[in-house]
Amino acid sequence: MNTQVLLGQLTIGLVNGCFYAMLSLGLAIIFGLLNIINFAHGALYMLGAFAAYLALQLFGINYWYALVLAPIVVGAFAILVERFFLRRLEGLDHLYGLLFTFGLAIALEGIFRDRFGSAGLSYSVPDQLRGLIDLGFMRLPTYRAWVVVASLFVCISVWFLLERTRYGSYLRAGTENPRLVQSLGINVPLLVTLTYGLGAGLAAFAGVLAAPIYQVHPLMGSNILIVTFAVVVIGGLGSTGGAIITGLGLGVIEGLTKVFYPEASSTAVFMIMAVVLLIRPAGLFGQES
Amino acid sequence: MRTTWIFLALIAVVGAIAPFSGLYPLFLMKCMALAIFAIAFNFFTGYVGLLSIGHAAFYGMGAYFGGYAVKNYGITTEMALLIGMATGAVLGLLFGLLAIRRRGIYFAMITLALAQMVYFFCVQAPFTGAEDGLQQIPRGKLFGLIDLSDDLSMYYFTLALLLLALLVAQYLVSAPFGQVLKAIRDNEPRAVSLGYDVQRYKLIAFVLSAALAGGAGSLKAMILSLAGLPDAHWTNSGAVILMCLLGGLGTALGPVVGAVMVVLLETELAGVGVVEIGTFRLDLSTKVPIVIGFIFMVTVLLFRKGIVGEIQAALENFRRRRLEKSAT
Repeated sequence: MNTQVLLGQLTIGLVNGCFYAMLSLGLAIIFGLLNIINFAHGALYMLGAFAAYLALQLFGINYWYALVLAPIVVGAFAILVERFFLRRLEGLDHLYGLLFTFGLAIALEGIFRDRFGSAGLSYSVPDQLRGLIDLGFMRLPTYRAWVVVASLFVCISVWFLLERTRYGSYLRAGTENPRLVQSLGINVPLLVTLTYGLGAGLAAFAGVLAAPIYQVHPLMGSNILIVTFAVVVIGGLGSTGGAIITGLGLGVIEGLTKVFYPEASSTAVFMIMAVVLLIRPAGLFGQES
Repeated sequence: MRTTWIFLALIAVVGAIAPFSGLYPLFLMKCMALAIFAIAFNFFTGYVGLLSIGHAAFYGMGAYFGGYAVKNYGITTEMALLIGMATGAVLGLLFGLLAIRRRGIYFAMITLALAQMVYFFCVQAPFTGAEDGLQQIPRGKLFGLIDLSDDLSMYYFTLALLLLALLVAQYLVSAPFGQVLKAIRDNEPRAVSLGYDVQRYKLIAFVLSAALAGGAGSLKAMILSLAGLPDAHWTNSGAVILMCLLGGLGTALGPVVGAVMVVLLETELAGVGVVEIGTFRLDLSTKVPIVIGFIFMVTVLLFRKGIVGEIQAALENFRRRRLEKSAT
């Protein structure tokens, strides 16, 4: 076994895992408060990548600004969607929220595929992050290291926001019992809107990070989203830490499959999901009643 | 109930004369195969209340297996359909055993993930022909006697199958089995406390639905002589969801209405091509997914009962009002 290949795939797996972690974290936050599975999450991730691409092409805005601006723009778009459409579905069967966001995802992907084709556009790695870091036992592309550091930082920040701040305590309380929280004088509808924006911003941030690694592609979102769903089924939506750990772990396992049995690499996560469902039907961290 | 019978007869009559009205039999057959697919989906999601986003896997694999068998082993048409149904049923059983215990949204995500696994299998497996798909699938001979390679005979065979599917679905729904399903959908804890083995009912309904979807897939493969990756892709699951949502989930005729509308929309938009208004130029043929997405959103926001569901509700309202009037 070639150690270089193994380590290379491991880092690719870790990078993929970071994306799974960020996306499943966003899904979990949105699900907690809105009680819907945000099917448009992949499309929002794709929007983030395209926002970075278009900002560079049209206005010459570089990667670092895009990393901040894209989540804000996409988050604002998501806030409008929540305020004007998703809110109307409150109190109905949760499936309608899923179906609405499903339609939104199809429409967004359709618009971008119509405008940019399905060939995939390249976004170059920013100058500061080109090259390799020599770790002694392997050479790690600087950008991959950056993705891991940046996404772990964001995941931990979000975890901190949820578990250690006042906003987080409102949010967790709202997940438990929105009516009681409302009666304590907290503006729950605003909280819901902001939370959807936060989840969307997180997806867009992941999209910008992904732009230089994968190509900017209209279907990049739905491909990764379905794997993220499997990750969410394995980890359960109940725990923030669980979502992060499961995402990273599955990315690494997927990377290892590419080394040892490449034919199964695209299906590895799904197979693990099937096994987990057989052994622990509620998922690894789930406490489903 | 009686109105459903009237509409069934209507579909039979309209269907019987449709090919002479200038509509292409191939177009009509495509509608009918998708209508059967939608009936299968509606039977589960409409009456059990769990959303499956994995039905494309049953349809696609049914198309591959049925198509492969009829192409390479020269079996009869009805055998190919049975193989498609068996494929759907086996796959449905596997999906169901894994997913049925999880509630609502988890069920949707699991079926989608499993279907994606099946899709990747189809991309890699040697017998599917990858991007090209299985081509030049013959239609075989019905019962080994009647040659269906002629479009018109295949058309009437398909029409008969559509009516049969409608009848069977209608029978199952109104039979005690279907009543239990509705009871579970409306109030699961009550059904449990009445002593019904809820999981088993759901699983049986899911397997039946998957079997019918597989049959629809193999039928489509023989109609268009083609089985390919798009049949098994998740967007196809999305299409069948839209058909039922648009036509009316949980109604007998909704899936048929929805299937016709979605196929019409796809072909019409593609046929219109470029529209020019002044300097404004719009190529509609590439806008199908965008329109589909927007119809999805509008239906969810404005008329969740679907076309047939809304009509039924309006009729009900009208009847009740008339009764109230005669009572006073």
